[in-house]
Amino acid sequence: MAIFVDKTTRVVTQGITGKHGAFHTARCTEYGTKVVAGVTPGKGGSSMKTTPEGDPLKDDKGKAVSIPIYDTVRETVKKEDANTAMIFVPPPFAADAILEAAGAGCRLVICITEGIPAMDMVRVKAALKRDYPNTRLVGPNCPGVITPGVAKIGIMPGHIHRPGHVGIVSRSGTLTYEAVHQVTQRGLGQSTCVGIGGDPVNGTNFIDCLAAFEADKDTHAIIMIGEIGGSAEEEAAAFIKRNVSKPVVAFIGGQTAPKGKRMGHAGAIISGGKGTAKEKIDCLRSNGVTVAMSPADMGTTLLNVLLKKTSKSFGAPKQSGKAKPAAKKTAKKSAAKGKGKKK
Amino acid sequence: MNIHEYQAKTVLAKFGIPILKGAYVNSPSEARRVAKDVIGGDVWVVKAQIHAGGRGKGGGVKLAKSLDEVEAHAKTIIGMQLVTHQTGPDGKKVNGVLIEQGCAISHEYYLGIVLDRAVGKLCMMASSEGGMEIEKVAEKSPEKIIKEWFFPGDGLFPYQARNLAKAIGVPPELIGKAADAFVRLARCYVESDASLMEINPLVTTKDGQVIALDAKMNFDDNALFRHKDIVAMRDETEEDPSELEAHKYDLNFIKLDGTIGCMVNGAGLAMATMDIIKLSGGSPANFLDVGGGATKENVTAAFKIIMKDPNVKGILVNIFGGIMKCDIVAEGIIAATKEVGLKIPVVVRLEGTNVDRGKQLLRDSKLKLIPADDLGDAAKKIVAAVV
Repeated sequence: MAIFVDKTTRVVTQGITGKHGAFHTARCTEYGTKVVAGVTPGKGGSSMKTTPEGDPLKDDKGKAVSIPIYDTVRETVKKEDANTAMIFVPPPFAADAILEAAGAGCRLVICITEGIPAMDMVRVKAALKRDYPNTRLVGPNCPGVITPGVAKIGIMPGHIHRPGHVGIVSRSGTLTYEAVHQVTQRGLGQSTCVGIGGDPVNGTNFIDCLAAFEADKDTHAIIMIGEIGGSAEEEAAAFIKRNVSKPVVAFIGGQTAPKGKRMGHAGAIISGGKGTAKEKIDCLRSNGVTVAMSPADMGTTLLNVLLKKTSKSFGAPKQSGKAKPAAKKTAKKSAAKGKGKKK
Repeated sequence: MNIHEYQAKTVLAKFGIPILKGAYVNSPSEARRVAKDVIGGDVWVVKAQIHAGGRGKGGGVKLAKSLDEVEAHAKTIIGMQLVTHQTGPDGKKVNGVLIEQGCAISHEYYLGIVLDRAVGKLCMMASSEGGMEIEKVAEKSPEKIIKEWFFPGDGLFPYQARNLAKAIGVPPELIGKAADAFVRLARCYVESDASLMEINPLVTTKDGQVIALDAKMNFDDNALFRHKDIVAMRDETEEDPSELEAHKYDLNFIKLDGTIGCMVNGAGLAMATMDIIKLSGGSPANFLDVGGGATKENVTAAFKIIMKDPNVKGILVNIFGGIMKCDIVAEGIIAATKEVGLKIPVVVRLEGTNVDRGKQLLRDSKLKLIPADDLGDAAKKIVAAVV
């Protein structure tokens, strides 16, 4: 099953003829994602048949692919049955591109673009809520969404992922790759990984993803990666306590970040003494979330939590023969406690 | 991006928000001249212009009752190293002052606008406790901070402005004037793509005026492309030289006080790398995100900026190549060390896209780099190398 992205996902790339749009459309197609159309206003009627490197564009099975290019997203929904937009449009025009995709009827809009003015996003968010309440926006300023082995929509390196049962949600790009890598190295895999982006105003938030992971039978545990700034992690912590029965492991970046300085991401700033890593970590812990203090320990922490708590099979952890029976033993115990075991 | 008070007031004036007559000068003689010829009157305030709050307490704001005093105060303040709770112990050099007309204050209020991330709306905050730090008011008596939320498209509605004015105790006869100023402030915030606006204090005067006596404005860096007039106000002397240099190469760089320089791709991983250095017993010298699309030149520049810091005793390179290719990073490191030499230990952890090619390049270079297998290993190695 997985969340947000599955076999029915048909992608249209907005900004497909730009440098990043073309490069990543090629990588997505090679991963097996069905990119059914591209949009660049003024270039309708042409098509993308080669990668930016000049090689023939191919899918995951090595079959040649040609992606038709249109002037508007609306045409791609009508003619190519596109249902998901992937946006690489430059910042001054990206807010408009999000609304264009929603207006055309895309159910999922994933905006990769970094650097969209906050005021534009406030407007977009209000317009989505009012006019297109059924459209899900992921991002902006995010790596995208990947359901390993099924489809990758975004800029993450596909090869580090492995199909499995850990759901990952994160405000950061490369730190997510770090978590994915650790999970994969420990013999586990991912159900879906969602980058919600590092901007102060975004679409899908932690809670949306946690709720979806909780409802997804393919997801057995969750890694949540937050960072300084705002209060999204605190809100997520309260939600987890009330609504999430699956084990959640968290990491919060920026324990050493100085106050009042924007740490790269527009949203990563401790302002007025609020939004510190310590506050977030304390809040998560007091709501029953296991927090990894070191970014190198996200995978191990998750594995330990699973070995202790879970009843589900996560595939065979590579490194220890002892781990398996231990998992089975605790499995029985927690299974006996039933569904509401955690709260 | 930050601007000075005197610049913020020119922005406010464009939106019809009442401010006092004033002028920015950078010499005592000019201070005297503008006080006499441009501003007039018999009371003036001399205010240091730096990008930090708390200037009054640090001796950067002085009242003058004669032209001689204006000149004398300007002489003291211009060139001084002003220390406030926001400047750090070294303080900031004052390059110029704002000479402003004096006024008879009846009450000081606080007015601020920020983006409320939790609800995705803008929020105007007002308080009767003007002149105080709003963080302290929020801590001690949060009930004294009154809030109204608004959308950029609608702006602050007049009734919301009247509610705010009434709630903070503006006298009835001045509610109309105050509400008008609040609506204009909200419009100013939206139309100039501000990320923070503080009018502290906003005052009512004995002659029945409502005036923005101080003004602090920060702007959304992402929106500067559509505000050339604001970009022109940038004062580079207020910024850290290494941060400015980094900005030229599209690097996200923030200087810190530690001894281990870091070069990382991605803001989240960069923060996490700082954290793990600290957890391993070291201290980070900087935050540096080379970005996703960095070229060999960007990486070279990043490496050189880190090496320039005399506190740096070692460097940790942590790259998880997604868009970023490990071989490009390797080429950048090799180029930079060829230019400036390799005098301190450098631990390199490469992972992701083209990792094998990157590692091979580093091996072939014969540079004395310390390779690391993963993030934990890298942090341990760099801390061991600098201690």
